[in-house]
Amino acid sequence: MEPLLDVKNLRVQFHTLEGIVQAVNGISFVVEKGKTLGIVGESGCGKSVTVLSVMRLIPEPPGKIYSGEVLFEGKDLLKLDMAAIQDIRGQKIAMIFQDPMTSLNPVLTIGKQISEAIIVHQKVGKEEAFKQTVNLLDLVGIPQPEARYNDYPHQFSGGMRQRVMIAMSLSCNPDLLIADEPTTALDVTIQAQIVELTKKLQEKFDMSVIWITHDLGVVAEIADRVIVMYAGYIVEEADVFNIFENPVHPYTLSLLKSLPRVDSRRYERLAIIPGSPPDCIHIPTGCPFMPRCGYAIEKCGLENPQLAYVEEDHKAACWVEVKNGRVE
Amino acid sequence: MVQNSTETEIPVINKDEKPPLLLSQLVFLRFKRHKMAVAGIFILIVMIIYAIGGAFFKTEAYSLITDTSIRLNAPSSLHPFGTDAVGRDILARTIYGGQISLLIGLVAMLVEVIIGVLIGAIAGYYGGILDSILMRFTEAMLNIPQIPLLLVLGKMLGDKIAPIQLFGREFSGSVIVIIVVIGSTSWMGLARIVRANFLSLREQEFVTAARCTGTKNRSIIFEHILPNTMAPIIVSATLAVANAIISEAYVSFLGVGVMPPTATWGNMLNGAYTYIETAPWLWIFPGSFIVLTVLSINFIGDGLRDALDPRALTQSE
Repeated sequence: MEPLLDVKNLRVQFHTLEGIVQAVNGISFVVEKGKTLGIVGESGCGKSVTVLSVMRLIPEPPGKIYSGEVLFEGKDLLKLDMAAIQDIRGQKIAMIFQDPMTSLNPVLTIGKQISEAIIVHQKVGKEEAFKQTVNLLDLVGIPQPEARYNDYPHQFSGGMRQRVMIAMSLSCNPDLLIADEPTTALDVTIQAQIVELTKKLQEKFDMSVIWITHDLGVVAEIADRVIVMYAGYIVEEADVFNIFENPVHPYTLSLLKSLPRVDSRRYERLAIIPGSPPDCIHIPTGCPFMPRCGYAIEKCGLENPQLAYVEEDHKAACWVEVKNGRVE
Repeated sequence: MVQNSTETEIPVINKDEKPPLLLSQLVFLRFKRHKMAVAGIFILIVMIIYAIGGAFFKTEAYSLITDTSIRLNAPSSLHPFGTDAVGRDILARTIYGGQISLLIGLVAMLVEVIIGVLIGAIAGYYGGILDSILMRFTEAMLNIPQIPLLLVLGKMLGDKIAPIQLFGREFSGSVIVIIVVIGSTSWMGLARIVRANFLSLREQEFVTAARCTGTKNRSIIFEHILPNTMAPIIVSATLAVANAIISEAYVSFLGVGVMPPTATWGNMLNGAYTYIETAPWLWIFPGSFIVLTVLSINFIGDGLRDALDPRALTQSE
């Protein structure tokens, strides 16, 4: 079956005063219909830039999508004109953001913000839009939706606002929902609620989801497939079980080690990854993770490994074959 | 504790508890605390009632009757504000002149706000080359001193436009010239304010979110960003009314603004110039009307500025 979204060799750069920032360096991935793709990585590794490119929301200049194809239902989004993109945004692909405090307009009522998208895309009247908006608010678990229709964002709590954002993104029944760290600004219990809500709605609307996060716990909850990004490269890609059970790339391994575990010994310190990610202006030749990698060999400094199959349906980009934390 | 009948319902807003104040209510409360601004509103309303309501007592034709036999009469019961150099009733002329002066203030403000907001919004939202062009144009306009430009254009165009009929009154074409010239030479400050606000607001996440739902640029500019920057626009617009009235009075006083016989508070002063000591009623009445109106509008502007300041809004009390 043809995947819903097929990104091929996407390369995005930003031209700044300090130099060219190589934000995304030729990555490829697919999102299957009805499935969830988790994108994991540290801050600044190109997760958000990747999805913003899919939405064509990269500010140009300074940004530039250098090469690649973003095939959505067979059409290349990078080749469409602005009017066609505006039709796709919201209607086919919707997005929710990290900070629900800033992603709602403070001077418009939430009802207006949601119903506006419905009126624009579905070409319906105000009354019909009101009805649909109230339904959506009810669906995402806002109590008394009619009464809250005319409330302003500041009258909602963080979790409630994120629910409103989700309602807004679902307003036109999109095929793909992109969630850019939607739970990062929320506390753990609210996080769990939002994840549950998204899963429920995904089933109901038969959507695909791209879920960006740096929280591996959330990924385990929601994703079917996971890609791990580092310095603008995909370093490992596998289904969610393989990522957790059988990680191959040293970076994935270190990420997993740095997670607090319920069954860990009491006074054990959390493992950290030494150093910090390279700035994407001066990416070293060779593997970008080499300076921080405990398994590095000579070859790592000379040549950047390509993403390759290590087993069926499991790709990684590493010269060293690591299994269960041991070099083989 | 909770009564049984309401226990199963989701708690609505407690009846004893007041709903949170809307922003507009908060602004109103804060504005009320500004005593001078409230006095300004009061005086302005009195002036408007005077200029509009006065028309029910004196006809416009009466304000235009010249009778040199009663020229320069001091205030009397027949002519409460006296008569001018050609024997016209000053009371009637301040009424009809007030209408023109206030009209010029309001319409020139509208022209200014429309141009200023459009240019500022487009420059700030789109940025880049368009921003550079529009801002260089704004700076070029700022370099032209407004008063000489008003004088030159007033003189050049003052009698070129035919009178128009509006609200059952005939307005001299020079009124329109003055409105357009004042409006189109005073929008630069507002454009800069609006541009600066748009520059910062367009980077906000809610703008990206709006674009994500496929909202068109025009709707983002006017429905999403513009309401966020209403406060400085409102303040600026208020002060613009006062400035327009002053500018009109200035050029009319110099004799190139609104052409007689149409009266304005400004051109009534023009005639008074030669009789400053001998017939003070010629300038006292229109002069003090200008001062009162402009002063009260400025106080209102100050009050609005304080009331709409978002930083002040966070203070308690």
